[in-house]
Amino acid sequence: MTGRVVVARRRPTRVWAGFALPGIGWLIAFFLVPIYAVLAVAFGQIEPLLKTPQPAWNPLDWDYAAMGRVLDRIVGGDLGTVFIRTFWFVALALVGCIAIGYPVAYFVARKAQRSRGILLALLVLPFWISYLMRMLAWTNLLQLDGFVNKALGWLGLMDTPHNWLDGDWPTVVIGLVYGYVPFFILALYAALERIDGRLLEASRDLGASAFSTFLRVTLPLSVPGLLAASVITVLPMFGDYYTNTYLTSGSPRTGMIGNQIEYYLRGSSQPQTGASLVLVLMAFLFVLMLYYLVTTVRQQRQAER
Amino acid sequence: MSLLRSDRASSRRSSRRGSRGRAHGLAVVTWLYVLWSLLPVLVAVRISLNSGKSRSAFQPMSFRWYWTDPTLSVWHDDSLQTALSNTLTLACLTMLIATPVGVAMAIGLHRWRGKVSGAANGLMLLPIVTPEIVFGVALFLVFTQVYKGLPGGITTQLLGHVTFTLSFVVVIIRGRLAAIGTQYEEAARDLGASRFQAIRLVLLPLLGPAIFASLMTVFATSVDDFVISSFLSTGASTETVPIKIYSGARAGSTPALNALATVMLVVTLVAVGLAALAMRMMNRRSSGTDGAAVGLTGMSI
Repeated sequence: MTGRVVVARRRPTRVWAGFALPGIGWLIAFFLVPIYAVLAVAFGQIEPLLKTPQPAWNPLDWDYAAMGRVLDRIVGGDLGTVFIRTFWFVALALVGCIAIGYPVAYFVARKAQRSRGILLALLVLPFWISYLMRMLAWTNLLQLDGFVNKALGWLGLMDTPHNWLDGDWPTVVIGLVYGYVPFFILALYAALERIDGRLLEASRDLGASAFSTFLRVTLPLSVPGLLAASVITVLPMFGDYYTNTYLTSGSPRTGMIGNQIEYYLRGSSQPQTGASLVLVLMAFLFVLMLYYLVTTVRQQRQAER
Repeated sequence: MSLLRSDRASSRRSSRRGSRGRAHGLAVVTWLYVLWSLLPVLVAVRISLNSGKSRSAFQPMSFRWYWTDPTLSVWHDDSLQTALSNTLTLACLTMLIATPVGVAMAIGLHRWRGKVSGAANGLMLLPIVTPEIVFGVALFLVFTQVYKGLPGGITTQLLGHVTFTLSFVVVIIRGRLAAIGTQYEEAARDLGASRFQAIRLVLLPLLGPAIFASLMTVFATSVDDFVISSFLSTGASTETVPIKIYSGARAGSTPALNALATVMLVVTLVAVGLAALAMRMMNRRSSGTDGAAVGLTGMSI
């Protein structure tokens, strides 16, 4: 304890603040200011002739009319359908991620012995493969004369080839699972690997079967990791607009919130509506983002103690 | 280490008690997953070697879509080549800026105690939890409404990529800093090194594996990014490989798209392989903990 006091005196805090300064400045200029720009545009005005946004930088000048219109369209309007659809896609994809990811992460973290190293390498491999290349691969497989239809016909499950890329929601959900499950698995793996093996041994020594040890010890201990892994996969999924567009040739039947945001900002020039939608999305995800921040800071503190 | 050993012992015992069957089932599920996750990509690579135009079936192999075809191959189609060079330029520049800024920020945040540093730490973590589309929209609006003087395209894309990857570097380096502790640097200081000498001669070499892991992560993240590049792209000359893949699939395209993706894949894997090799050599000399694990767990919390 005294050692720490001496050391603290030796390190003037100003030097360390100086180290962090370029990074902080960068994040203020290119993260905080941009986020504030979203607010200023959403609550600003539209130039009547050119239809360009006139951001309101002073919060006292904020005009909430555009946001009101967007909220009206969400509550029982056309945008509401899109929000609900997005929610369902993400929820189903998360269920898929847990169903596939938990057994895999559990096996590699706790059961695999000789195959562990090679399995870990193979689990990390998708990180180095571009996300869109992995989606491109699925568009190859799902073509009308592609391997998926061929395999289904060969197995006798389907007589006529089905056009999977024509706006089917299962294609989108499977695509989301395929895209995000590697992230889920690695996050969960890190948590499962940290579980103290002595606790499991104690459970076995006290007479619990392997299955009830899993159910009563491993599973409860893995809940925080499961939550963190879910948050880290769900957050990007809510903002996804390319997976569904790519796998359904942009069918409106599978449109998500991200598509609407992209459309209002780039497709048609109504940045005010787009910015308002971004704010609604952020408000919606706020709790999840906060959960991640709090748990991460807590872990950092523990690691540095 | 002892944790690992006790874990092994317990699993050995459990297999003796007859739970091997269950672990067997899990092994099958795991290998099936690995197959499912990688097989489609291998099929896509094979299709890039087709000699015909089919994007769904295997045809006799050729390098037509890489360079033989005089107009449509990656080598001869200007737009594909531009996309490739844009992506690589962007990734290398992002790496060169984000890594040093991030390493300095990690060291600073790790040691600087106080209320402001807590806020700075929260600010650093925010980009990780922000969905990419929010990031893309925010940057798009800020470059069209506030920083209007900046040339669009690669400059703004670079600024966006650095912002997006900076936090990954800080998280990875901080994980390693916590593991290193302060004793080595203190020893150097006691032996007469100045503060900056201690950082340069002691701390940075100890951080080596984590810095390599950061470089790889930044490179892969930048190369992979679609949303930010797309929101900040100003036209055909500022397209990247992911944008090309995304827009190419709608208009009836050729296996040249697969070839482009494959080239990118090979470049990334070679870069990662070289970095891993360099890391292993450094590890052998300094016997630090494995940086691959740092990079791996750094990405996921």
